[in-house]
Amino acid sequence: MPLHPLHRMLLGATVTLFLGVLLSDVAYGQSYEVQWKNFASWLIVGGLLVGGLTLLWALIMLLRADGRSGSPVVYVLLLVASWIFGFGNALIHAKDAWASMPTATVLSVIVVALAGAATWRGFVSLRAQAAS
Amino acid sequence: MKHRLITSLAVPLLFLAACGGEPETQRYGSEPPLPDPQRGLLPSMEIASPAPWGEQRPAVPQGYAIAAIATDLRIPRQTLALPNGDILVAEGRGGGAPALTPKDVIAGIIKARGTSSVDGGDRLTLLRDADGDGVFETRTVFASNLNAPYGLAFVNGRIYVANQDALVRFDYQPGQTTASGPPVKVADLPSALNHHWTKALAASPDGRFLYVGIGSNSNITERGMPAEVDRARVWQIDAQTGAHRPYATGMRNPTALTIQPGTGELWAAVNERDEIGPNLVPDYVTSVRDGGFYGWPYSYWGQNVDTRVQPQDPQKVASAIRPDYAVGSHVATLGLAFSTPAMGAQFADGLFVGEHGSWNRSPPVGYRVVFVPFRGSHPAGSPIDVVTGFMGADGKTHGRPVGVTVDPRGALIVADDLSNTIWRVTPVARGAASSGAASTATPR
Repeated sequence: MPLHPLHRMLLGATVTLFLGVLLSDVAYGQSYEVQWKNFASWLIVGGLLVGGLTLLWALIMLLRADGRSGSPVVYVLLLVASWIFGFGNALIHAKDAWASMPTATVLSVIVVALAGAATWRGFVSLRAQAAS
Repeated sequence: MKHRLITSLAVPLLFLAACGGEPETQRYGSEPPLPDPQRGLLPSMEIASPAPWGEQRPAVPQGYAIAAIATDLRIPRQTLALPNGDILVAEGRGGGAPALTPKDVIAGIIKARGTSSVDGGDRLTLLRDADGDGVFETRTVFASNLNAPYGLAFVNGRIYVANQDALVRFDYQPGQTTASGPPVKVADLPSALNHHWTKALAASPDGRFLYVGIGSNSNITERGMPAEVDRARVWQIDAQTGAHRPYATGMRNPTALTIQPGTGELWAAVNERDEIGPNLVPDYVTSVRDGGFYGWPYSYWGQNVDTRVQPQDPQKVASAIRPDYAVGSHVATLGLAFSTPAMGAQFADGLFVGEHGSWNRSPPVGYRVVFVPFRGSHPAGSPIDVVTGFMGADGKTHGRPVGVTVDPRGALIVADDLSNTIWRVTPVARGAASSGAASTATPR
């Protein structure tokens, strides 16, 4: 069963917000301009909020899955993982000034990878499974 | 399989969270041991849980009595003993730097729980004990409509007040209970953002100069270096012209200034940086060297580099001075006053230090007034408890000391900005009934 368009929108927004975090972290690392870190901190909050809604929707989908239209377990797990690492990233970003670096950037890469994989899984795999 | 995957992802984060250290005992003095910087995934926070005094009182050493001489004030911070024995109290609440990050928003909500809910008075209250019986029967508003007044100084017949945005002065006639007019501005003070808003104040003995303590606009530059222009320093201001120059720099938050009797040297109480461990960095009291650089933000306690500041500045670090005396990390030294022999033999020579108390250390520290004994105009020995019992063993906090002032006739005045009380500690005359200075007012 393909994802509901609104579900897809939330999913796409999650990975985009987390990508914004990563880009802001890179900019902070290059420039020491602390405003980039402020941007990153708020983008994480956005990512966690939208990602949380996505996860909620995905969990409901998991509970209602009938097995025939492809199992969303891996998709849900990837979302959970990206949310947990995203939350950890929020705490790391709350360290003052350069204390968050370079851990912040490393975590941002992991979060984008996990959210990206979840999105891929959500957009392609589930539909492919449903089609087969 | 599902569960194992979740666990394997969550474990590294838990691991990060668990690497906080055990707080050791606090270290004091001129060469405090400095542990390695450390910080877990969450900063330590332990906020005072306010509770009324009820029948309880702060504890003082044997041979001393304590009484509340004014209650129901509106956030009393610093006090000043005028020549005729009147006590002037600065009341107010300043600051208001906007929350820039999610952390600012959350920390603001949490920290507000440990402070008084009363609105700041933005005024000076005068207290008078005309007959010297220890009861301050007269209480007037000396001046109002000030902007978060904090530092106070009296010199050459004038009262100087450091608002959070300007140094102002009042002309004063002995015996006055209200100011004869609005204040005259001496100089503007740096007030953009005002993360650390308190402006400490001391006057040179000849009255030519005023010294103003200006705190940093961040813990450790997390608002960026442009926010720190003219911050974290002591200004010397010409009383006549209002012209200023930096007298000492690199002091993160100089919250109290005073002149040492005899030497005429300027002393400061400074609150150091947070979030690198329960026993880093010690708050300190120090004589202030003209032109000295005390490290912030690049280094602490002399030349210990703080890697959170980027880009670093090795040249500045090389010039950083080590302060004189550590009073303990996170105690929040907000009060500073040299003693006088009239305070009794035990406290004849030294410094009283008011410790507002920690909010970011577990277990909490501070919440007391200590005495740092001096010998030959230098600190010698460990701090001695003078006023304690502000925070109970159960964590219930009845008061938080801020400014301390020595009344030359033999009394220690302590402002308490949680219970909105002014406390007065006096030596009990030998042979006198200990109830002689019984409580004259009941703080809430």
